[in-house]
Amino acid sequence: MSGLSIENISMRFDLPNGSAVQALKDVSLNLKEGELMSVLGPSGCGKTTLLNILAGFLAPTGGRIVMNGHEVHGPGAERGMVFQQGALFEWMDVRANVSFGPRMKGQRESEWGANVDHLLDVTGLGDFKDKAIYELSGGMQQRVALARCLANDPDVILMDEPLGALDALTREKMQGLVLKLWKETGKTIILITHSVEEALLLGERLLVMAPRPGRIHKEYRLPFADMGVNADLREVKKAEGYAQTREEILGMIWDMEEEIMGRTEDAQ
Amino acid sequence: MIGLMILLVYVAIFILSFLAVRFLVHKTTRDFTSLKTVTFGDESAVTANRWASVVSVVTIFLIWGSFTGSALVPGFLHAPGPFLGETSFTYTLQAPDGQTDDATVHVKVAGFGQESEKFEVPPGDGFAKDDAVAMNASRSATILFDRNDEVTRKDGANIVAIDGEPIGPGQDIRTPAGSFTLTDKGAISFAPPKGLQMEPIWLPPPEAVVQRMVEIADEGYRDSTLWRHLGYSLFRVIAGFLIGALLGIPLGYAMGLSAWFRGWFEPIVEFMRPVPPLALIPLVIIWFGIGETGKIILLFLASLWIMAIAARAGVSGVNISKVHAAYSLGASRWQIMRHVIIPNSLPEIFTGARVAMGVCWGTVVAAELVAASEGAGMMIMVASKFQLTDIVLMGIILIGVIGFGIDILMRKAENFLVPWKGRS
Repeated sequence: MSGLSIENISMRFDLPNGSAVQALKDVSLNLKEGELMSVLGPSGCGKTTLLNILAGFLAPTGGRIVMNGHEVHGPGAERGMVFQQGALFEWMDVRANVSFGPRMKGQRESEWGANVDHLLDVTGLGDFKDKAIYELSGGMQQRVALARCLANDPDVILMDEPLGALDALTREKMQGLVLKLWKETGKTIILITHSVEEALLLGERLLVMAPRPGRIHKEYRLPFADMGVNADLREVKKAEGYAQTREEILGMIWDMEEEIMGRTEDAQ
Repeated sequence: MIGLMILLVYVAIFILSFLAVRFLVHKTTRDFTSLKTVTFGDESAVTANRWASVVSVVTIFLIWGSFTGSALVPGFLHAPGPFLGETSFTYTLQAPDGQTDDATVHVKVAGFGQESEKFEVPPGDGFAKDDAVAMNASRSATILFDRNDEVTRKDGANIVAIDGEPIGPGQDIRTPAGSFTLTDKGAISFAPPKGLQMEPIWLPPPEAVVQRMVEIADEGYRDSTLWRHLGYSLFRVIAGFLIGALLGIPLGYAMGLSAWFRGWFEPIVEFMRPVPPLALIPLVIIWFGIGETGKIILLFLASLWIMAIAARAGVSGVNISKVHAAYSLGASRWQIMRHVIIPNSLPEIFTGARVAMGVCWGTVVAAELVAASEGAGMMIMVASKFQLTDIVLMGIILIGVIGFGIDILMRKAENFLVPWKGRS
C-alpha cells in the first residue's frame, strides 16, 4: 500500500508540575500519493507536533503512522522536511547543500550531478550554485531548502511554515514555485501554515485543526491549488468561492481563538 | 612626581594630536559610514582611527626616549637630565673657639655608568681646606670634608652654613648646586640635581634595548641563543595546546552528545575550570620536576578545559533544525557528526583555541619564571636578578609581540576556515 496513513495519533506531554497537556487527540488521516494538503489552525493546536511525529522526530503516546506499509519509528529519507529557516548548512555552498542527501547515500557526482543541477535551475538557483548560504537572501535560502529536499527524492515532503519568514512578495513567488514543483514531481506534500490565504492556495486538501486537545476540526477539498498551477495566483484569489471559503475559515479560527482567550480568562 | 608629569604630557599629546588630526587631515574617502549622521551609540560606525594608532605608538616611544635621554629623540625633546660635569660649593666650618673659615668642595659628576675619576685640588688656606669629590649622576655622595682640615669634627668643629645658607645636623637645604643634608654626625651628604630622566638601571633607553636584543640574538644569553629561548617557549605552548585540544575537543563532543559522559566529566571540568593554571605550577613541579614534561603537562591542563568547554558549547549551539534536516535527508549518526556537528562547532572551537593559546602563552612565561633552563620567562627572570633591565624589557616586548602574533595567526586561520562565523 502506497501513501501515508495517520491512525489515531495522540500526544500527551507531562509537565514537570504534574499536569499534562494533550497536544493531539485521536487524529486520523489518510493521504494518497501526490496529494497536497495544507494544515491550518490557531497557535497551540498541535500542527507542528503532528508534523514532528510524521517526520519521526517525536514518538506519539498513542496511535501509529504507517508509510508505504511500514510503521514509522524515526526519521527517514522517504519523508523529507522543509523547515521555516536555519536548517541549511552554512559551511557548504548551495550545490553541496542541495546534493547533501544523495552524497550521504554514497552516490557519486555522476549519479546526482544532473538531477541536482536540474533542480537548481528549476528553483532559480542556477547562477547561485557556488555561493555561500550566508550570501543569499531569505527567499533564496528557502529555495535551497526546497531543492535540497527534492534532490533526496522523498515520497512525502513535510513543510513546517516554509514561507513564514518571507516578505509578502517573495512569499507569493514561492507559493507559485511550490505549486509548480508539486505538479512537476507529483510528490505528496503536507504544508503547515499560519496564513489562511496560503492554506487555500496551496491546499488540494485543507485541514483546519482545533486546539486543547489538538484535533481535526474540519476538512476541505479545494480546487484552487489545481487552478494555481498554470495561472496567476492573484487571479486564483478572484475565483468563485475563494473569498467565501476564506471568510468561513477565518471566522472558524477566530472563534477558536476567542474560546481559548475566554477559557484562559475563566481560569484566572 | 615624574609619573604625574609623564601622565600630563601623555594627556596633552592625546588631546593635541586629536585636534591636529581633526582639523588638518581631511577625509578623502566618503564611504557609507561617513554618511551616517548617528554615530554616537552605533558601534558599527566606530572603526579604529589609524592616525590615533600611529600617534599612540609613536608617543609611547617618544616619552620613553625623552625620559631616558635616548639618542633617537632629538635633544630639545629630552626631559631635563641629571647634572653632569664640574660644580663646586663652599662650606663654612666653625671651630670650637667660634672662629669660622670657608672651604670649597670641587665635584666632578660623571654620567650613568661612567667611571668617576678621582682628582686632586690645591688645599687653599685657612683651617678648612678645599676638597675634591668624584661621583656619578643621580647619586648622592657623603663627603667627609674634614679629612684634610686642621680642625676636625673630633675637635668639636662643625658646619654652620653651605654656600652661605645656614645648616645644622639633620637638616637639609637646597642650593643651585644641588641638595645638601648634614648627617647626624655632621658629614655632608650632597646630591647634584637629578633631573627628570630615569636611570638606565630602572629604564634603559629604547636603543639600549634594541642593541641588547641584537647582541643577544648574536651571542645568546645563558648558554642559549635568543631564538632557542623563544623557540623553547613556543614549542611548549604549541605542544601543550595541541595535546589539550586533541583530548579536550573529543571530550567536549562526548559531553555534548552523551548524558553519561556529561554526568561523568561535568564535576571534573567545572571544578578544574576556575583553577588558574598558575596555581598548578607548584604541584606540577613537585610531581614532574622543572623539565619539559612538567611544563607541557601544565599547558595541557591549561588548554584542556578551555577546549572541552568550547567543543561542548559548539555542540549545544547546533540548531536542532539542522540535525533534524540531516536525519530527514537520510544521514547516519556518523555522517551527522562529520557533516553537521563538527563543522557547526568550528566557530566555537576557534574562539576557544584563541583563548587557550592566550592562556597557554601567559602560563608558559609564568612557569619559566619559576624554574627553567631555557625560555623567554627564564631570560627575564635571570636578568632581573642582575638588574639587567634592558633584557627584562626586551623579553617583555618579545613576549608581547609573539602573543599578539599568535592571536593574529589564529584570527587569519579562523577567517579562512570558518567564513560563516557570525553570519547565519
